[in-house]
Amino acid sequence: MSNIIECRNIKKVYRNGDIETVVLKGITFSVEEGEFVAIMGPSGSGKSTMMHILGALDTPTSGEYLLDGKNIAQMSQDELSEIRLDKIGFVFQAFNLLPRATVLRNVALPLIYAGVPKAERERIAEQCLTESAFPKEFWNHYSNQISGGMMQRVAIARSLVNNPSMILADEPTGNLDSVTGEIVLHTFQSLNVEHGKTIVLITHESYVAEHADRIIHILDGQILSDEMNQHKRIAGHETQPIK
Amino acid sequence: MTTRDLWEETYSAVTVNKVRTSLTMLGIVIGIASVIAMVAIGQGSQSSIQSSIQSLGANLLMVTPGAQRAFGSMVRAQPGSAETLTPDDADAIVSGVDNITAIAREVSGRYQIVYKSNNTNASVVGTEASYATVRNVTMDEGDFITDADVTNSSRNAVIGQTVLASLFATTENASPTPDMAIGNTIRINGNNFKVVGVTATSTVANNDIYVPLSTAQHILVGSDKYLSEVDVEASSQSTMTQVQNDITNLLLTRHKISDSSSADFTVTNQSEIVSAASSVTSTFTTLLAAIASISLLVGGIGIMNMMLTTVTERTREIGLRKALGAKERDITLQFLSESVLMTFVGGIIGVILGWLIAIAISYFESISTSISIPYVLMAFGVSAAIGIIFGYYPARRAAKLNPIEALRYE
Repeated sequence: MSNIIECRNIKKVYRNGDIETVVLKGITFSVEEGEFVAIMGPSGSGKSTMMHILGALDTPTSGEYLLDGKNIAQMSQDELSEIRLDKIGFVFQAFNLLPRATVLRNVALPLIYAGVPKAERERIAEQCLTESAFPKEFWNHYSNQISGGMMQRVAIARSLVNNPSMILADEPTGNLDSVTGEIVLHTFQSLNVEHGKTIVLITHESYVAEHADRIIHILDGQILSDEMNQHKRIAGHETQPIK
Repeated sequence: MTTRDLWEETYSAVTVNKVRTSLTMLGIVIGIASVIAMVAIGQGSQSSIQSSIQSLGANLLMVTPGAQRAFGSMVRAQPGSAETLTPDDADAIVSGVDNITAIAREVSGRYQIVYKSNNTNASVVGTEASYATVRNVTMDEGDFITDADVTNSSRNAVIGQTVLASLFATTENASPTPDMAIGNTIRINGNNFKVVGVTATSTVANNDIYVPLSTAQHILVGSDKYLSEVDVEASSQSTMTQVQNDITNLLLTRHKISDSSSADFTVTNQSEIVSAASSVTSTFTTLLAAIASISLLVGGIGIMNMMLTTVTERTREIGLRKALGAKERDITLQFLSESVLMTFVGGIIGVILGWLIAIAISYFESISTSISIPYVLMAFGVSAAIGIIFGYYPARRAAKLNPIEALRYE
């Protein structure tokens, strides 16, 4: 198996006038294709900054970050956009769907920027909605007319649509109640197990992190521990109704 | 991002807040409409001034005696007052200059005119039958001065509409008809003349009375040695300059003047008057358009203001789009096309509105207006350009947003 993510001694320093804040103090780890990894840490630990760098939204001050074999540590904004378009599927805490747009259009959105024709976009979007087990009768609903749990599953379908190298989920259950959170976690697990997707999940809740195969603890900008999860929780959704 | 996708995104974005979009567009609508209407008024008055100058006569050249200046004096008398233009000069022009189709000699002066208890002061022109052709005089009723009148020095007079109204109005009838005048005798400077015709309303010569040249010379002026004007009609527009130069050279030779700047006569070319008037009216048109452009500028600032508000409101959406892979160019294009769509649609409505205003002005205010297609196309171009100019800064601001900050924005 090849490495999807390879971080080598990543440092991030924010400068505000004369004050320097070192947020990441040298992070080194790698993620193989098909892994389900949780990055865990309390707020202020630097996990958000880590997520921004992993998601090619930001570049490290020093160190190397190879995503799918490409060093993206020193890329320009437009080159990073290209990388995000090709290789990363995002799932955000606040769902970040376009209001006033249908579920289908939201899912197909990234493909607009890849220049995929409309008919093809919709075909792929429908396929991804099916993969993330999103009920068909809501496909043409507006995204602000569905529940939070449904919204997050639309976001998951959207993250799959460009066939990314990895799915990067930032506190995906943070805005959901425990029941719908469970459904979302189940969706991630089935995408990982059944479809072999690489998933990196950022969270501060150990309960959520325990659904992954491997847990990386971050504290004060350093890796505290990086070990396989011996007590993997399996999210059940058959017993729970959707909605 | 394909053009079709761009259009769909743009359309759905501008239709979200219809009231705000319409109000912003209204600024452009008013701007474009006022430019179109103002230019229509300017161009309309330009063409009406041109046509009234043209109505003086086609291809007309007017030879008038120059201003008289005493030797060494700085005082210049009124132009035309000099007695330097003679009937012999007129004959020499007829025989010595090519491409002349007609010539009309005149003597003129202002005299008191009396009919019964009414009296008025009018310009009396003693002239020939050819005057009617050369100066485009049309008759309302009766006949113009004939060659026979000139030969016989008959005491016939042709009067203009203003003269008709001031002499023949009675307490019962304030607006007399031509047949009330024809056949009656009026007194010009104490001499009896019989009214034989009334000229139609013209733009310049309503307060004129025409009498035979010979009669005017003998009875009114008292001398047949001098003319106050010779009107020359050139054969075509293209020969006017040649005719003008030939007349100038001929008269300079005849009057033995070597330096053309001290000529004792003036040859006025009608097309020079037209172009002088045109330059005045085009300045006037430009001025009107410039004033109207200010409202267009204000409309453009309105577009910019709204686009900046939109960018702020949609910060999260922009961040999301960038996170999902939109490049700076995609975001710039999206916001730019929103502003261009608004100004372009505003431009179309503005052109239609401006057109309607122009039609309404010429209908209710009887100011002539004229709409030219180049100006309409220019208005479209300008409104699209305003969209680009005033939309560019907000669009770049959107494109430059940091996706991390934008996603976090509440």
